[in-house]
Amino acid sequence: MFPNVLNEPPQQFKVGLPADFGMGVDERFKESMGVWIIRTADDMVQNASGFYVLISTCTHLGCTPNYLSAESKFKCPCHGSGFRLTGINFEGPAPRPLERARVVLAEDGQILVDKSRHFQYELGQWADPEAFLKI
Amino acid sequence: MATETKTVKPRESAPTRFWNWLTETQVWTSVFRHERPNTDRNRVLVMLSNIFLHLHPVRIRKSGVKLRYTWCMGGLSFFLFLVLTFTGLLLMFYYRPTLEYAYSDIVGLREHVPLGIMREMHRWGAHAMVITVWLHMFRVFMTGSYKPPREFNWSVGVIMLVLTLLLSFTGYLLPWDQLAIWAITVGSNMARATPFLGHEGPGSALLALGDVKLIHAADDARFALLGGTFVGEGALLRFYVLHCVGLPLAIAVLMAVHFWRVRKDGGISGPM
Repeated sequence: MFPNVLNEPPQQFKVGLPADFGMGVDERFKESMGVWIIRTADDMVQNASGFYVLISTCTHLGCTPNYLSAESKFKCPCHGSGFRLTGINFEGPAPRPLERARVVLAEDGQILVDKSRHFQYELGQWADPEAFLKI
Repeated sequence: MATETKTVKPRESAPTRFWNWLTETQVWTSVFRHERPNTDRNRVLVMLSNIFLHLHPVRIRKSGVKLRYTWCMGGLSFFLFLVLTFTGLLLMFYYRPTLEYAYSDIVGLREHVPLGIMREMHRWGAHAMVITVWLHMFRVFMTGSYKPPREFNWSVGVIMLVLTLLLSFTGYLLPWDQLAIWAITVGSNMARATPFLGHEGPGSALLALGDVKLIHAADDARFALLGGTFVGEGALLRFYVLHCVGLPLAIAVLMAVHFWRVRKDGGISGPM
């Protein structure tokens, strides 16, 4: 029942140099890794410019929301939960904001995303230095 | 000399002689171990010496077979179970539970396979069985048939209700379309909150050695169900095995117990 090896994507992976990313939501790693890489000029918690990584799992029942660029929000197709680009929930049944993943700079200067560590807004964890990559 | 009076039996017809010979052969008497059902005793023996019939009551009250008391929902549920077993078996000849083939096989069952309606019969039969099982339970409740001495059978029935819903749930994943994947994602996320054994459940934090959590996303109840941390190929195979082997076996055993208890507890739905 509990295999020793899992054929699943790794929890830690590099996504590229910070210069590779423009402002806003990057969807390239949503399908393969289940995350959005978001570059912002001023984060609501950290009050700095840089990167945060949202885990693309709806906090209602675990579906994958879609990014609607025209409306600047994430919208879950299962039950209609909506999230701002910050990850804060504002419509639908989702009880709490999307979770952010650990994001740091690797030694080679690339952005390293670590999905094994989650940061939850309602627990005050978005203020953690590793929940946001200041650039 | 006294003359003997001879009685001459009328000669039996050929079919009767054949019948008499047949019913005395070793093959016949090893299968049917009772006389013809021409007395009450033999009629009882007909029921009791047959594996299929002995689960049923020897006698049923007239009121028991009236449709207005029983709705025949238990019988319909069993009938649908047989339909689902048969159609499901036919589907197993075509369907391959892998990421590569699952969806295309389901489409192929409809488009390419002669008598591909087996898939629709299986699907609609499954919906119907869930409905008839609920209605059966409703009828049993409304006629008070859960009361002693039938409380044991009520409990067996509740377990079979859960198994029916689990069969429906596991079968729902097998078409491997978007609806299936996300429905099972949503459904299996409930297992995260299992007390002690789900990594987001109450008490799971207590199961830890120092800083090392014993229950985490890769070894909790949900993981055992899905064979992975998300609904992927492991989940498809596990649900297939559960759907085709594990759950049907369990529910078949309980059905036997259920029918046997109906007989022991005084037959269908009458007052005690």
